[in-house]
Amino acid sequence: MSFLRVVQGYEGADIPGAAQAVTEADVRRALEKPVLGPDEYLTLLSPAAAGLLEAMAQRANALSVQHFGRTIQLFTPLYLSNHCTNQCVYCGFNARNDIARTMLDEEGILREGEAIAASGLKQLLLLTGDAPRRASAEYIGQAARTLRDFFPSLGVEVFAMREEEYAHLLRCGVDSLTLFQETYNRSLYAALHPAGPKRDYTFRLDAPERGCRAGMRLVNVGALLGLDDWRRDAFFTGMHARYLQKKYPQTDVAVSLPRMRPHAGAFQPASLVGDRELVQILLALRIFLPRCGITISTREPAVLRDHLIPLGVTRMSAGVSTAVGGHAGETESVGQFEISDPRSVEEVCDAIRRRGYQPVFKDWEPLDGVCAVAV
Amino acid sequence: MEHDNNNDPLVIGGSVLQSRLFVGTGKYGSDAVIPEVCRASGSQVITVALRRVDMRAATGNVMQHIPKHMRLLPNTSGARDAEEAVRIARLARAAGCGNWIKIEVISDSRYLLPDGYQTARATEILAKEGFVVLPYMNPDLYVARDLENAGAAAVMPLGAPIGTNRGLRTKEMIGILIEEIGVPIVVDAGIGRPSEACEAMEMGADACLVNTAIATAGDPVAMAMAFGAAVRAGRQAFLAKAGPVLCGGADASSPLTGFLGEA
Repeated sequence: MSFLRVVQGYEGADIPGAAQAVTEADVRRALEKPVLGPDEYLTLLSPAAAGLLEAMAQRANALSVQHFGRTIQLFTPLYLSNHCTNQCVYCGFNARNDIARTMLDEEGILREGEAIAASGLKQLLLLTGDAPRRASAEYIGQAARTLRDFFPSLGVEVFAMREEEYAHLLRCGVDSLTLFQETYNRSLYAALHPAGPKRDYTFRLDAPERGCRAGMRLVNVGALLGLDDWRRDAFFTGMHARYLQKKYPQTDVAVSLPRMRPHAGAFQPASLVGDRELVQILLALRIFLPRCGITISTREPAVLRDHLIPLGVTRMSAGVSTAVGGHAGETESVGQFEISDPRSVEEVCDAIRRRGYQPVFKDWEPLDGVCAVAV
Repeated sequence: MEHDNNNDPLVIGGSVLQSRLFVGTGKYGSDAVIPEVCRASGSQVITVALRRVDMRAATGNVMQHIPKHMRLLPNTSGARDAEEAVRIARLARAAGCGNWIKIEVISDSRYLLPDGYQTARATEILAKEGFVVLPYMNPDLYVARDLENAGAAAVMPLGAPIGTNRGLRTKEMIGILIEEIGVPIVVDAGIGRPSEACEAMEMGADACLVNTAIATAGDPVAMAMAFGAAVRAGRQAFLAKAGPVLCGGADASSPLTGFLGEA
C-alpha cells in the first residue's frame, strides 16, 4: 500500500466542490471535535471556514503551545548544485533556462559551511537540482560528511531517491528528508514536468515513504501552493502527512507551506494563494495534525512570517541564499527563486523573541559515538 | 503543626532531596525564565533534553540558565529504541551532566507514549553501568516491576499523555504502583494543574515532574510557585493520613450489631 492508493481513492471526487458546500455550522462542529478526520479537515479548508479564522487561530495556537511550546526551530538551506535535467516549468533551475550552472567542490562546501556556522545556525538543509549523474547520492553524502562537524543536524531536499540511497545518506550523517510533491494533481503534474526524471509522479509520491523506511528521523512533505487549486493540494498534503504519521510512527512528520515565488522563467501560478488563504491552510493543518511540524520559509515576507509564529509554525529558515555558493558570497549563480525575507539570523531571532518565542538552534545530533561531543 | 520537610526527605539513588517537585526546561518562550522557575518552585531537580543541548556553544545554551544547585536529570528525548537511549545517556555523562538519567524511549510520534519493553532494556543496561536511572513509563504494574528489577532508582508513570495538561487520568493505575513498587514513584507527564499534583501526592506518590503546565502558563514563575506549594500540601496531607471517607449511607447511630456488646 502506498499513498498513491489514498490519492486514487479520491479520483473523481470534486474536492473544491465539496469544500464549497460546507456551512458555517459544519465548521463550528468540526472545531468542537477533539480529533479531526479527513472530512473535518476539508471543512476547515472551506470558504465557510474563512469566516472563522480567529476561532481556528485560537485553537491552533493552543495546540501548538501545548505540543511544541513557545519555540521555533531555525535552519538554513545550502545549495550544493544547480545542475538540473528536469524541465519543471515553474522552477528557476529548469534545464532549459539559460543560467550559469555550478556545483560546489569540497573546498566550496567547507567555505559555505563555515560562513553559515558563523551565524550560529546548527540545522542545515542541503539542496541540489535534479541531476543525479553530477550531484549524486555519493556526492551529497560526501558533502554531509564534510559538514557534520559544523552542524549537528543535516537534512536533504534533493531529487527523489531509492531507499538504499536514503540509507546511504543516513550513514553519512543526514537525519531528515524534505521532498515536495509540487502538486498532487496527476494530470497537472504531467503538464508541469514535461521532461526529466522528476516526471515520474509515483516515484516521487512514494519517496517520502522510502525515506521513512530507510530510517530518516524527520520527513517533510508539501505542495508548491499555487500550482493547482490550493484547497485540493492542501488537502492532499495534510492527508499525505497523516498517512506517513500513521504508517511510520517512529518518524517525525512535518509539512512545508511554500507559495510560488518569482524565479528565472516566465511561469505564472494558476491559483493565487493570498495571505488569508495561507493562514487558513496553516490553521487547518495544525488542528488536523496537532503534532505535525510546520515550516514557513523565507519565500514569505518578514512581516507575515512574524505574524504566523503563534499560529502553528514550528520551523523557519533564516539567513537564506538560494544561490549555489551564496552564503560565502563567492557566486554569480542565479538563485532558485527570490526570497522575501532577507533578514539575518540574528534579526529573525530578535523577531521571534519579540513575539515571546524562543529560537531553537539545535534539536538533534547523530548518535554514533560519545566522541561526537566535545567535553 | 506544619510538617517539617527537612524530616521527610526523598532519597533517590542515594541522594537526599528536600523538594518533591521536579521541573523541566522545555517549551519556555525564553530560557532566561528558568532560574526564576527553579527559585519559585523550590525544586532541586531539573530535566533537560540532551537533544537540544549544544555542548559546544558557549552562549545560547539552556545549560547556562540552570542554577548550580539544581540536580541535572538529562533525558533521552528523541530516542526511538533502547540503543539510542543508551547512547544519549552515555553522551550526557561524558558531557559532564552527571549520572542521573531519565529514560524516554518513544517510537510513536503521534501520541508520544513510552515503549515499555525498550525502556526496560535501556534501564537494565544503564543501571549496570552505574547510572541512576529514572524511566518514564506507562503506569503498568508489570512494566514497573521489570523496571524495578532492572535497577531503576525510581519509576515515572504518566498521569496523562505527555504535554496534554489533562491531569491524573491514570489515577487508579498509579495507585497500584504506589502500593506495589518499592522504588519511589514520580508522577510525570499530563499534570496540568497544581490541584492535580496535590492529589497525586495525597495518594502517596513520592514526587511529581511538571514541565508543560508551568512552561505554557500565562505566568510560569507564579505557576511554578503554585506547584511547589501544591506538592508540599499534598505530601503533608498524605503524611497526616486523611480521615476515612464514607461510601454510601450514614454512620449509623444505632448499629445493627450493637446487641453483640450487650450480651
